[in-house]
Amino acid sequence: MALNITDIKRIAHLARLEISDQEATATLTKLSGILGLIEQMQAVDTTNITPMSHSQDVTQRLREDVVTAINQREAFQSNAPFLGNGSAEKAVDSGLYLVPKVIE
Amino acid sequence: MINSSLKNLSQMLAKKEISSVEMTQTFLDRINKYNPTINAYIALNADKTLAQAKAADVRIANGKAEPLTGIPFAQKDIFCAKGWQTTCGSKMLANFVAPYDAYVITQFDNAGAVNLGKTNMDEFAMGSSNETSYFGGVKNPWDFDRVPGGSSGGSAAAVAARLCAAATGTDTGGSIRQPASLCGFTGLKPTYGLVSRYGMIAFASSLDQAGPMAKSAEDCALMMNVMTGFDERDSTSLNRPKEDYTRGLSNIQGTQPLKGLRIGLPKEYFADGLDANVAKVVQEAIAEYRKLGAETVDISLPNSQLSIPVYYVLAPAEASSNLSRYDGVRYGHRAAEYDDLMDMYMKSRSEGFGAEVKRRILIGTYVLSAGYYDAYYLKAQQIRRLIADDFTQAFKQCDVIMGPTAPSTAFKAGEKADDPVAMYLQDVYTIATNLAGLPGMSIPAGFSNGLPVGLQLMGNYFDEARMLDVAHAYQQVTDWHLAMPEGI
Amino acid sequence: MEWEVVIGLETHTQLRTKSKQFSGASITYGAEPNTQADEVSIALPGVLPVLNKQAVECAIKFGLAINADIPARSVFSRKNYFYPDLPKGYQISQFELPVVGKGAVTIQVPASGKNAAYEKVINITRAHLEEDAGKSVHGALEGMSGIDLNRAGTPLLEIVTEPDMRSASEAVAYAKKLHELVQWIDICDGNMQEGSFRCDVNVSVRPKGTDKFGTRREIKNLNSFKFMTQAIEYETRWQIETLEDGGTIQQATVLFNPDTGETKAMRSKEEANDYRYFPDPDLLPLEVTAADKARVKATMPELPDAMKARFEADYALSSYDAAALTASRELADYFTATVHAGSDAKPAANWIMGAISAKLNTEEKMINESPISAAQLAQLLKRIADNTISNNAAKQVFEAMWAGEGEVDAIIAEKGLKQESDSGAIEAIIDEVLKANPAMVEEFKAGKEKAFNALVGQAMKASKGKANPAQVNEVLKKKLAN
Repeated sequence: MALNITDIKRIAHLARLEISDQEATATLTKLSGILGLIEQMQAVDTTNITPMSHSQDVTQRLREDVVTAINQREAFQSNAPFLGNGSAEKAVDSGLYLVPKVIE
Repeated sequence: MINSSLKNLSQMLAKKEISSVEMTQTFLDRINKYNPTINAYIALNADKTLAQAKAADVRIANGKAEPLTGIPFAQKDIFCAKGWQTTCGSKMLANFVAPYDAYVITQFDNAGAVNLGKTNMDEFAMGSSNETSYFGGVKNPWDFDRVPGGSSGGSAAAVAARLCAAATGTDTGGSIRQPASLCGFTGLKPTYGLVSRYGMIAFASSLDQAGPMAKSAEDCALMMNVMTGFDERDSTSLNRPKEDYTRGLSNIQGTQPLKGLRIGLPKEYFADGLDANVAKVVQEAIAEYRKLGAETVDISLPNSQLSIPVYYVLAPAEASSNLSRYDGVRYGHRAAEYDDLMDMYMKSRSEGFGAEVKRRILIGTYVLSAGYYDAYYLKAQQIRRLIADDFTQAFKQCDVIMGPTAPSTAFKAGEKADDPVAMYLQDVYTIATNLAGLPGMSIPAGFSNGLPVGLQLMGNYFDEARMLDVAHAYQQVTDWHLAMPEGI
Repeated sequence: MEWEVVIGLETHTQLRTKSKQFSGASITYGAEPNTQADEVSIALPGVLPVLNKQAVECAIKFGLAINADIPARSVFSRKNYFYPDLPKGYQISQFELPVVGKGAVTIQVPASGKNAAYEKVINITRAHLEEDAGKSVHGALEGMSGIDLNRAGTPLLEIVTEPDMRSASEAVAYAKKLHELVQWIDICDGNMQEGSFRCDVNVSVRPKGTDKFGTRREIKNLNSFKFMTQAIEYETRWQIETLEDGGTIQQATVLFNPDTGETKAMRSKEEANDYRYFPDPDLLPLEVTAADKARVKATMPELPDAMKARFEADYALSSYDAAALTASRELADYFTATVHAGSDAKPAANWIMGAISAKLNTEEKMINESPISAAQLAQLLKRIADNTISNNAAKQVFEAMWAGEGEVDAIIAEKGLKQESDSGAIEAIIDEVLKANPAMVEEFKAGKEKAFNALVGQAMKASKGKANPAQVNEVLKKKLAN
């Protein structure tokens, strides 16, 4: 399954990574090398093999439905990034995290 | 003192030969002297560190000491530690101060251990040379031109250069064992689920496991006693009775302490791609094991050569999703200039992540994307089972598997930095145990051209205590693990 | 050409828990922004999810209630996409293996126009556990949106139907039935204003008589039945007109604007989504054993359909009455309590669906807010049954009780509403009436039946309305026959 520049651009956009045309070419070379490594898998017959997601065959433990968290908004928001675009303010206002306008 | 075992350090503290503050200061002084060159630590905070040491001294004075109380450890910068800059080696988190403690940090705190600082690492633990760190590469204390291995390169250099009594690491595909091999010390990746991942910044959730990086098996055992345990905040944490990993060490006595032990030697681990000098050292170590009473059995792990392809599907897939939270909204890097929401995402993430991380995000995104899932992700999960089944078969024939940890000794900085595939092959012998969730260990087995060579031990699930005994037996009759780089 | 609309629903029900799906943060509605956003809700590096037991039990309850297949194992997956209200960059949901499999719900579609009421079975494809996203708040700062993650991680059960509905009324009947059911089994508070019950409606149209589905558009987040009707009707018309004008329908996510009554495609969802689902490595397979199902089943109330059937059988109620009385658990409980307090079932049903419902409607109250308790209603109906008061008098007593003027017997005494049932006294009154109205007597005897009713009226008037009308009838008949 050969990769092309369009694929690189598409997955970069899905992953929200900016990639210039020049970078895309270099990335294509490297990713193609990695995919070449991965392609070895295709030679293996895996008919009827159950996929393995977890190494231990255990099931999900359930948490009792109790409120244990306390309000730590101030502590958490002290890590908020700077707003940017010339502002040296943290990207928070009235307890809300600020982002460029969300269009629905 | 800097060469002492954890047990000896503990005794010195108990006997008041030295205080924790003095011991800690000794290491801080060494860090101040050598870290500017070696770059093992990203974050240091002498005030916080010494406050912990003082508290440990009070605890020792009150007779409340536990085995690790007062001993200074280095913590890989992948663990959130409250009030500490916690970067995971990334520009993305360069200004992130963790508001909570990882399970591992809490366990060390509760044991009264002292946190010396946060160690350098490959960005988001993606790398085998520590060269992907935003905070710069780390020098291998045995040869400053060479890499310490990765991703736990900072912890590795700190242990090897005696810039800590011992350190923590994490291992997703070999990130404890490969640097242990390249820097000449003892490192253990436990069975998946034994050490809680809570607060350990995720790379590939189904593979990540924290473990000890120390001078000896005995030191690792003492650290395992602290690091393991059930944690209800991690759904994959296993609820098992607490074990004492040191319990068998004192039974390792006499000339043939390992009589009856069957060591499996997988033929695939001694084939093409293994450096001849490394192979020689490993064979010598195995010969030593025969002298200790063990017998060797030839085994096969037929699917092991697929572990790299499988890993480079599964780990990037999980990582691509795990790293989506770094979007510049709530914490972490946000671009200084952006037009709109999409632009903010794209710029913040592109600026915040380094090249290797971006590469893996792209690979992971690709293998999960519509139309490719079955051919890549599902296929990889199926082969993952085949790889795990190989081990199940092998452990019917042997008690422990041995082979090289890494295909070569430490390589020169920059040598593989631009060739991801060559870099990925560093983990050819370590990845399979991560995929299977099995414990793996690397112990110093000698030198090749002045550079350390590690012997890898792989055990069955929950067989860490026996592996530590087996490693300890070797370390009772050899002194490779006591070797220290010159000039430091 | 005649068109047929095909509708399927995806309903997000917020589960009745105290804490979030994967962490111990509170889900109380209306808290200050981000004060209920713990480290898991804001997706700090290194945090991990642990599943809420109560949410799982809610899902099992729902599965049992719709007679669904509940598999022994289900799996949590990650749905990956970037959005500021989605802090992890993925939503934890269930994809290939949901907690609840195929089931069914029977709906009652009310009569409309010349179409009679009918029942229909709507097949449920699946129901899966997932987590809610946060909220974007607009207008905080110019050009910016504010993100509040209090809601992020709130436990949801998403219930998905087959494309079984063929009209807006069927879709609304299904939504109402589901709304009733989730409250009945107490897994959701049903509060649509607060978003506890939100419907996404998939609408497509096709020429009537064809099998192939048309391209669907999904109307997002409808939070009232009225809007649902309007939105589906608008969307259906729009799709038909588009096709009839030679256009094609593009698959899209649309929003309904209650102000204009129109649906419009969302800008942000225009790009093709590729959610890259894969099993969440942080969560293990969820196991539901037969014992779990039995344990949950033991805590469940009788279900509305079963209760409806029982009402029809035990109380000889019509299907319509029984359905109306089981429209909510509170209403059914009220009815049952009234009957248990000694009332006959039929009058209880009539009064509850008549006088009480009318009052509740006018005052916009729920049945559990009724000023007249079931015991009080039963007492009133008993007084009608034992002839203490007439139906007319009962209405007065009802009004007085509604106004909080006291108990049935006290009001009857105070207002002097007790019915005259003493046959001597009634005979005396009738004798007086016959004497005073000889003309009417003559008319009756001449065969004018109407005159009888006039005489009854006179007698009731003479008794100031207190005479038992049945007795008056009887005595009058006897006397006129002589």
